[in-house]
Amino acid sequence: MIERPGRHRPGRFSEMSDAPSFSLRTGHWFERHLPKIVVLPLFALSLFFVYGFIAWTAYISLTPSGIMPNYELQGFAQYERLWATPRWYVAITNLFVFTSLFIVISMAIGILLAILLDQRVRAEGLIRTIYLYPMALSFIVTGTVWKWILNPGLGIENLVRKAGFEDFTFDWLVNSDYAIYTLVIAAVWQSSGYAMALFLAGLRSVDDEILKAAAVDGASSWKTYTSIVLPILRPVFLSTVIILAHLAIKSFDLVVALTGGGPGYATDMPATFMYAFAFQRSELGVAAASATIMLMTITAIIVPYLYSELRKTGQ
Amino acid sequence: MRPRTTNGIVRPRTLQSSVLRGLLFLVLGLFCLYYLIPLIVMISTSLKSLTEIREGTLISLPREITFDAWSKAWESACVGVRCDGLKPFMWNSIAMAVPAVLLSTTLGAINGYALTKWRFPGANWIFALILFGAFIPFQVVLLPMARTLGQLGLAGTVPGLILVHTVYGLAFTTLFFRNFFIGVSDGIVKAAQIDGAGFFGIFFKIVLPMSIPAIVVTVIWQFTQIWNDFLFGVAFTIGDSNPVTVALNNVVNTSTGVKEYNVDMAAAIIAALPTMLVYVVAGAYFVRGLSAGSMKG
Repeated sequence: MIERPGRHRPGRFSEMSDAPSFSLRTGHWFERHLPKIVVLPLFALSLFFVYGFIAWTAYISLTPSGIMPNYELQGFAQYERLWATPRWYVAITNLFVFTSLFIVISMAIGILLAILLDQRVRAEGLIRTIYLYPMALSFIVTGTVWKWILNPGLGIENLVRKAGFEDFTFDWLVNSDYAIYTLVIAAVWQSSGYAMALFLAGLRSVDDEILKAAAVDGASSWKTYTSIVLPILRPVFLSTVIILAHLAIKSFDLVVALTGGGPGYATDMPATFMYAFAFQRSELGVAAASATIMLMTITAIIVPYLYSELRKTGQ
Repeated sequence: MRPRTTNGIVRPRTLQSSVLRGLLFLVLGLFCLYYLIPLIVMISTSLKSLTEIREGTLISLPREITFDAWSKAWESACVGVRCDGLKPFMWNSIAMAVPAVLLSTTLGAINGYALTKWRFPGANWIFALILFGAFIPFQVVLLPMARTLGQLGLAGTVPGLILVHTVYGLAFTTLFFRNFFIGVSDGIVKAAQIDGAGFFGIFFKIVLPMSIPAIVVTVIWQFTQIWNDFLFGVAFTIGDSNPVTVALNNVVNTSTGVKEYNVDMAAAIIAALPTMLVYVVAGAYFVRGLSAGSMKG
């Protein structure tokens, strides 16, 4: 489709004007254009596998496709069907509950731990390693171990009962009103260390002089943090929220491993909803419509963020 | 008693500060337990027999250590209809992850180099468009990818997964290398050009040797992502070609037979071992990858 990235700026006659200008041997067309020739196929891959595929999915969401793709346009009927599906409402509500709790709790733990670790703690490296190792695990592993810990018969419930509290019940995993919170528990366990690492990096980048000045002025450490350090960290808050939101919207593995979307479809999320409609129920049109809505949600969050980040790095 | 310094200001150690210090370590220690207990539970459960699991509690340590669950998880647990344990699926994951990591890292390095050190008009747009691919929900590409893999004859195969992970890893690897190369002085490249070195000459002789840290960060990040992937594995492979995450999920979530929690836990540890090992050995690089993932290179 796009032959040369360089052509896409109107009014540019000399394509190489931005490039290092020593390609004096102008005859060497190939050598001169080599950077573009190298980037082009990779860009084409991205165009095809990302943008082409997005276009295909978006198109299919506007067709009556069922088991097989049907390329006849029919408008927004699949979206109407999607929004008329109770299961989709469950998925959207779950996503909202899960994402907000996950972000708030992970951020709270992350900030707390980052501030505590910033107090010149002796074994900081070791402690950080312990806080962060869950990030190296697959969500399937996390789901598996939490499924065992939260197992109503043999997990925490059993532990507390054997400790003498015979009437204790903790059956969130199989209780359709509470199962969504088990996902929050496991996800926070896995990702709060990540939030800690991001905040700690932010704290470390705060200029020491500012802190010294505050100490000279007699500000307590609490006051230093709340009125000086945390406001400086605003951009870190923003990027952490975005990263966590992005993780949450994509969450699929954890749901599959921990609750399987159940009981019933009580813990379904858009990602599992889409998968079920695409691969188990063969309703391509509805699946494509739900995927498109997921994409639009993430785009609305990510694009402004990427835009500001890219501008910041001098681009 | 030595005076304690805080941000360069000397403060005497008072009773109050000692109490606060104790509280600090208490909270940090409790959180260590919070993160470690699931791991301890996992290991201890995997070393118990089923009877002991039923009699004891989650946190009771094994009275009699047995590795039966481990050997079962490794070579005889049933994954679907096949009862060879996780072993064959570990090989699938290795056969998938190693080429995909190498390919996506190499291509990302060249891409990042060309986009930062040989800027051409539109390079920033190309980068932005490629970068967006790192953030899309992959649900939006599942259906067309399944069809494309089918048309390429790669449906349900490990090479198919290598292609998928390379293509969608490219956005991340390009980002990592671009962030790294932006910090590398243009002067080095220009000097080499005046000496007559070309695009690839400069890349291999000058740029690549100085990018070892970026390469390590990228390789570790990609390996962790690809090894831990579940979505692509479950969507694009069937049975024998499943990666280990999918096999693990099949072991744990089968509804047939007696539930063997010890085997589940052993299987989970086995599936997690490679990335855990990488994390323990090269944790610092892993953390750098995480923060690069937040674009704060």
